Parts: sequence; structure tokens; C-alpha cells
Amino acid sequence: MTSELEFFIDPSRCIGCQACVQACAECGTHRGVPMIHLDYVHRPTGVQTAPVVCMHCEDPTCARVCPADAIKQDDEGIVHSAAKPRCVACSNCVLACPFGVPKMKVDFDLMMKCDMCYDRTSVGKKPMCATVCPSGALYYGTREYVAEFRRETPVNEFRFGRETVRTKVNMMTAPQMKALPFDVADFLPWEGQDFDPLSLARAGAPDAASSSVWDEESLPGTCGSGNCACKQQPEAAAIAN
Amino acid sequence: MATLTITDDRYTELYGPTPNYTPAGGWNNGEPDKLVKTHCCFCGVQCGIQLKVKDNKVIGFEPWEEFPVNQGKLCPKGVKRYMQNDHPDRLLTPLIRSATGFDVASWEKSLTKTVAAIQSIQAKHGKDSFAFLGGASMTNEKAYLNGKFARIALQTANIDYNGRLCMVSAGAANRMAFGVDRAANPWSDIPLAKVIILTGTNLAECFPILTDYIWRARDNGAKIIVIDPRITPIARTADLFLPVRPGRDSALANGILHVMIERGWIDEKFIAEHTHDFDKVRELVKKYTPEVTEKITGVPAKSILAAAEAWGTAETSMLLHARGIEHHTKGVENVLTYINLVLASGRIGKPGCGYGTITGQGNGQGGREHGQRCNQLPGGRDINKPEHRQFIADFWKIPEPELPKQGLTACEIIDAIERGEIKGLLSISFNPLVSIPDSNRTRAALEKLEFFACIDPFLSETARHADVVFAGSLQEEDEGTVTTGEGRCVRLRNSVSPPGNARVDWQIICDLARRLGKEQWFSYGNAGEIFTELTAASKGGPIDYSGMTYERIEQNMGLFWPCPAPEHPGTPRLFEGGKFHHPDGKAKFHAYDYRPPAEDVDAEFPIFFTSGRVVSQYLSGTQTRRIGSLVDQYPEPLCEMHPLLAAKFGINDRDIVKVTTRRGEMTLPAQVVKSIRPDTVFIPYHWAGKKAANQLTNRALDPISKIPEFKVCACKVEKVADAPLKNLTTQ
Repeated sequence: MTSELEFFIDPSRCIGCQACVQACAECGTHRGVPMIHLDYVHRPTGVQTAPVVCMHCEDPTCARVCPADAIKQDDEGIVHSAAKPRCVACSNCVLACPFGVPKMKVDFDLMMKCDMCYDRTSVGKKPMCATVCPSGALYYGTREYVAEFRRETPVNEFRFGRETVRTKVNMMTAPQMKALPFDVADFLPWEGQDFDPLSLARAGAPDAASSSVWDEESLPGTCGSGNCACKQQPEAAAIAN
Repeated sequence: MATLTITDDRYTELYGPTPNYTPAGGWNNGEPDKLVKTHCCFCGVQCGIQLKVKDNKVIGFEPWEEFPVNQGKLCPKGVKRYMQNDHPDRLLTPLIRSATGFDVASWEKSLTKTVAAIQSIQAKHGKDSFAFLGGASMTNEKAYLNGKFARIALQTANIDYNGRLCMVSAGAANRMAFGVDRAANPWSDIPLAKVIILTGTNLAECFPILTDYIWRARDNGAKIIVIDPRITPIARTADLFLPVRPGRDSALANGILHVMIERGWIDEKFIAEHTHDFDKVRELVKKYTPEVTEKITGVPAKSILAAAEAWGTAETSMLLHARGIEHHTKGVENVLTYINLVLASGRIGKPGCGYGTITGQGNGQGGREHGQRCNQLPGGRDINKPEHRQFIADFWKIPEPELPKQGLTACEIIDAIERGEIKGLLSISFNPLVSIPDSNRTRAALEKLEFFACIDPFLSETARHADVVFAGSLQEEDEGTVTTGEGRCVRLRNSVSPPGNARVDWQIICDLARRLGKEQWFSYGNAGEIFTELTAASKGGPIDYSGMTYERIEQNMGLFWPCPAPEHPGTPRLFEGGKFHHPDGKAKFHAYDYRPPAEDVDAEFPIFFTSGRVVSQYLSGTQTRRIGSLVDQYPEPLCEMHPLLAAKFGINDRDIVKVTTRRGEMTLPAQVVKSIRPDTVFIPYHWAGKKAANQLTNRALDPISKIPEFKVCACKVEKVADAPLKNLTTQ
């Protein structure tokens, strides 16, 4: 029955906590070495992180380019780490994988990668990362559950140039109806503005900035004056969508 | 004098923190003898987890998917929490301070020495000159025992706990508004809410498991509103983000309520039938127009309108907050102004409708219920109420006048030590040198103690100052109960016995009590007997556990209080039918005008300073700075600042900067990111010594809760040096 359970990655849920990385290292066969990748997309501009497990391609590029025939796909469609007696540590697979999954572990002269916790899934357990993930960014379960309960939609066909790659693992994408209509940066009053970060830093007592707040002359129109914004509908409030 | 006898580096060499990377017995440690179903030792979610035990050592973990709250989910701390019991730094015997740090000592000698010091200090300076500091990472049983020990064995008024740095603003506000101090709803109500306000809670990093509850609500169509000076991971995809200026929370809540009232988005019927004092609030918030509120808070008026519309018109809703609004000199006021939003909406006490506060510590809820606070007796009773005092005095079979009166709170105890009024201290599970603001003063205070004893499994930076260190127990080495952030009392199972010559904490407390001549009050055979006594002591009190037993808790995967009878099912959701816990059954609005923080920015210190946590560390780091893979995840503090601010001072990412406040300075790498307000810098607080953010923070206290103002003070920032790897990275 385990074949009905599938793996779903949803980067929109990821909080970058690394529970998956820490748990992957704990998996019985990994012995302290995590196989999952979790990186910030671009930390200077935001906190978006992206977890990457092996996508377990139907026709795995890594195995096709391996000159030593060291990478095997089993009957369940799981693509395994390179077999130690065969792997020649050439890194062809590392360069060829469209998802950047295999890594050359130079300490062992061996390519190692996510095997979807074969030791766990083969005995009916969930992969370690998808069991612990506190945000549901990594989910192991049925397609029916995802269709019924998730906002995003699964995709398992990817186009790289003229090549189409079909994978066992699903990537969740934005709801079909539309892309998300806004960005959290839209709510930042300093974005695209001439903003002085030290504008409150007036000379005087430490509370100079605050005491000026109730300085009546500087206040805009108040309630009852007819100018108060509280009577107006929020301007194209994204929240109402 | 509790001064250090060797260098800090030497203490670290001898007692850690040493980052441990390997489980007991190595990675090939084989099959466990047993799997123990218990809970994580860290935050207030108290995730269910199974610990693998072999040869009386914890060797690993397995997810526990049947436990309903987390269903096997864990954060990185939970995954690695098992790495402490066989740790090279684990204290295995009592220690007594010597010229070379500490000497190994017998239990007999260390207990005798401690009891002699307690008696001599109290004989000379009075009972209250010896203080007790407890913690909220300990079980309910120990929280109860600590309070009883202080009142009966030490006979001191001065007992308090580290929840004073954590939950007390929320607790006080909850009692003032609702008449009871507990999250109003089980977390299972979160996915049913159509609008969720998260204010001052870095939920994804400090309470990661609730993330899935929030996302499930979003899957159901909920809108998420996040209020924070930083774009934390939970804020990244928020439907509305209000980047509030530090220290302005009450103004923002008043501003949102202003719009709700003006637009008629309030439940007049609920307000009339179930609450008091709304008129005072209605009058107060008249002046908090969106424009005025924008001016105070830095949040755009149109976002205030949007928040009011979303919250005001919601079908169902939950409001959750944490230390971000509570760690202020107006922490209680901030919480109360947000509770006003909940009460005005009328959406509380129903499925998908309510309110909760996120508890930072493992037993942040239970640790504040059973009498280890200076103003509290078991069952959440008030030490200042004559009938409550009489009940507990009778229960303990002591004359009521012998029961000490209200004592000092945690920070006030440190202040009193500094002033020379408190001469001796016994501390358990508390690391004030890292966790209390203005750490230079905390250090000076510790050095003035005539006698200082600690009970801890690891030698914390504070414990380095101790005369006697008792090797206590880790959570997995004892048993008992904790009460989670949703008010669910869960059962901790004993996985292993303490290693070496270490002892279970409650036995150490009982040993001390016996030697202080109070054996008849402290002769427990096991933790279960303490629990039975605790539940009996709570009977009829505001926090009633009297219907709970270990068996019932296990059978039900936890029981929610109040649970006042053996057949009572517990109370997952409070305030159903609009019934609150004040004597007249009504809730109270509170009208609090905005007032500035104790220290605001000025020309000399022009930048807001705020502090908080990272996901891979827990509190003062006594446990998590000892787990290698957690250390590697975020090895040392970074000063987060916005590129607009960094540009003012010529600072680039990873440049070394000096951050100075009126209390101290700190040199550390900058992290230049757009995920923070441009007028604010942030430093996480988990580290000690020169890496302690609390060198900078302000020990100004909330007048009601006595919580310090961790979340806002004024600082200046300057560049000290280029990033160490700058040449490398620019190539």
C-alpha cells in the first residue's frame, strides 16, 4: 500500500527551521550526514527558504550519465545513492542533475543523495524529513489529501529546455486561479520611498521622540472632522481578496 | 563572595559548553532496549516524542505520530534534544568551589555546607535574606515543591522564577481581562479561524509546530495578519504585515479598535451582555485615528484600515501573541489593548474563535500555576488574599502567620542582591547571567552573594559563580507532568535514571528540607506523590487540577484544566457561552493610553534595539549550546540591520560592528537584510559573556508584571572592521 503515498514539497510553507536537515542526519542509514538541502533563496532580501529532496525522476538523468552504472532505480521508482563498489567519484551526476540534488562526499569518494528514507518507507514508515517537518512544507501522504486540504497544486512534470522530466516527488505550486496577488514588501512603508531610518532621533531626553506624538499641531485631521481615514474603505485592500 | 576563581576559558574547557555531535554509543549504537513515549524538553508545545533508550542511556529518538498535538512533527531542537543525557559536560557529582574552579564533593558534604550557610545567613540577616530562584522548564511537581520548600523550609518570602522574564505580562493581563490565566482555546481551534492576528510572535522559530496549524487555517481560506518589526518566517507570506515600530504596540491596537468602532465592526450585543468598561475604551480610542496611529507606530494608515476591516468583519478568528508585545514596561497594557480587539469582536469561547498567548518555556503554563511565584500559592491562589492563605496554611498544616508574605520578583531579587539586602541564593534551572537584562549588573550582583548554590544538570554561566553545585536531573531523567501552552497537562515519562552520582532534582530539594528540620513536609517516595498532593492543594482554587491523575492524563493524551473532579473531562475551550472567570462572569475591557518605552531613541542613541530568539537555540542556551549540530545552525549572534541603516554607517554584510547602549556594548558581525525595520537592529540573546545581547538591554520593569523591557531600548551602531572574509568573498 505504500505506493499510494507520495512526497509533496511546498516551499510556500517552509520556515527554514532545518528540522528536516537535522532529522535526515538521524535516519538509521545516514549516521549523522544529512542528504536534504535547505537554503535561503536570497537572505539579503528576505527569509524565503527552499527545501530540496531528491525528486526521484522517472528516467533519472543522474543514472543515465553515470559511466560506472553505479546509480540504480528500484522497482518502487526510488533512485538510490551511488553503489560504493562502483562509484568512481567522477561527479557527472552532480553536474547533470537538473535539481542539484546529488553531492560528492569527498571524505568517502562517493556520491550520496536522498533515497526517500528507503529503510523507513520500505517498512511502512514515512521519510524522516516529512515526518518531522513542522510546517507541512515536506509532506508524505496521499494525492487525495493534498487535493482536498491544500491551497497549492501538485506538479511533477518539469521542462528544462526541450527536455521534459517527470518525477516521483511532487512540487506544490501557486493555486491555479492566480498567482499570489501581492508581496509582503508591499506593506513596508519604506520600500521605494525616501525613508530616513533616524527620523525620530531628536536631541533631548530619551523620550523626545514619543512625547512629540501628542503635539496637537502636528496631528492630521481627527475623527469628526470629516477627514478621518477611518470612515473610508481601505484602498484596494489586498486582504479583502 | 561568589567570584570566579579561574578564567572563563578555563571553565569552558572543564565544564563546557562543549558541542556534542555524536549520540551515546556512536552512530552505530544498535537497537534500543526500549522506546519511551514522552515529550520534548523545550518550548511550550511539548511535542510528543519517543526516546530510544539502551543501557540506561538515551541514544536517539523516533517520532511519536499518535500524539495529537504534533503528530510526529518536531523542530530542529526537538530532533536533537536527546543528545544531552550522555553529554561530556553532564555534571555527574556535586561540586564545591575551589581555587581551581570546582572540586568534586560528596552529597553529604555539599548538603551540609549548604544547610549551614542557609542557617547562618538567615540567623544573621533574617529569613528573607536567603532567596530562591526557580524556573518554568521544570515539571509541575517541581514548581509546586519549589514553592513549598521556600515557604516552609526556607521560610523566605523571596521566591520567584524565570517565567518572570517570560509569561507574566500575559498572565497578569489574562487575569485582569478574563479572571483566569490560561490560553482560551485549544490549538485545534486555529485551523477553524478565518482571520488570524499574530502579534509579537516569531511563531515559526519559537513555536515551530504551530506553523502547520496556521497554514492549515490558510488552506481553509484564512487571512493571516502579522504584526512585528521584523519579517519573520511566518510573516513572509502574510496577507497583511504591519511593521510596527518597537514599543508602540498598545497604540496600534488602539488604532485598529478605533476603526472597528467607527465602522461598526464590533459586537455590541456581546459587549453589553458579557463585558464591562467598554465605554472607557470607546472614549479613549477616539483620538487614535489611522493617521495618528501611523505617526506613532510607523504602520501605514491604510494597513491599519485593512487590519481593522479584516478582523472586524471576520466570521471566526484567533489572536495569538508572545513576548514581542509582552517584554515591555507596558507589557500588561499591550496585552490588554489586544484583548480589547478580541472582546470587541465577541469572537471568543466558540470553535475557531478565541485568543492565546504563546508560552516560550517548556512548562511556561504549569510553571506559573503551582506556587513558585512570589505572589502565588498552589492552585493559582493569591498570597495576598486571606482566604487563600488560610486554605494553603491549613492544607500544609502550618499556622497562617508563618506563611511568608509576598516577596520580590526575579529581577528585583537580583537588584536586592546588588544592594546587599539578599545575601544567599539557591537557584534551580535558571541562568540569570544570560537571561536577565543588563548582565554586567547581574554579574556584579552574583559576586556580592555570601553564599550561592545551584541545582543543574550542566554548569551554566551563572552556576560558575556558585559555592555549591548540585548535579541535578535532565527532563528525561525524572518523571512528572507539564502543562502546555494550550493548558493541556501532559505526562513526562522517566526514560533513564540520572547518570553517575547525579540525583533527581526533587530529591535534592527534599534532602535540603530534611536537613533544615522539615522532613515531615517533604517525605515523598516518588514524583507521583507530589502530583497527588499538588492536585489536592489546587482543589477549589482558580487553577483546579483536582480531578487529574497520571492514569487519566496518559489515557487522554493530556487533560486541560480546570478539571475539578475525577469524572470531569477537562476544559479544552474556556469561556463557552460568554462565561468568564471573574465573580460576575463578565470580562473586562481596559482603556490604556499609549505611553513611550522606558528608553526611547534620541540624538545620542538614535536606533531602536530589540532582542529575541533563533529556531536552533532555546532560552539561555545552557542545553542547546551544547548540541553541536544546533550550534552549527546559528553559531553566534549576528546584528540584523536593514540596508538603509547599514548604508548610513558604511556597513556591509558580515562587517564587524559595535552596538552600544547606556548599559554596555557588544562587538559582533552585522547581517544586512531587508527583513527588519530600517530604524531597528535585532540581536538574538542565547549566548553568554561578550556575546550576550543582555549586556545591552534595559532592566526597566512593567509596574504590574515586573517583566523587563527586552524588546525595546535605544542604541548606536558603528563599524569596527571589514568582514573577516571580505577579500575572499569578493573574489
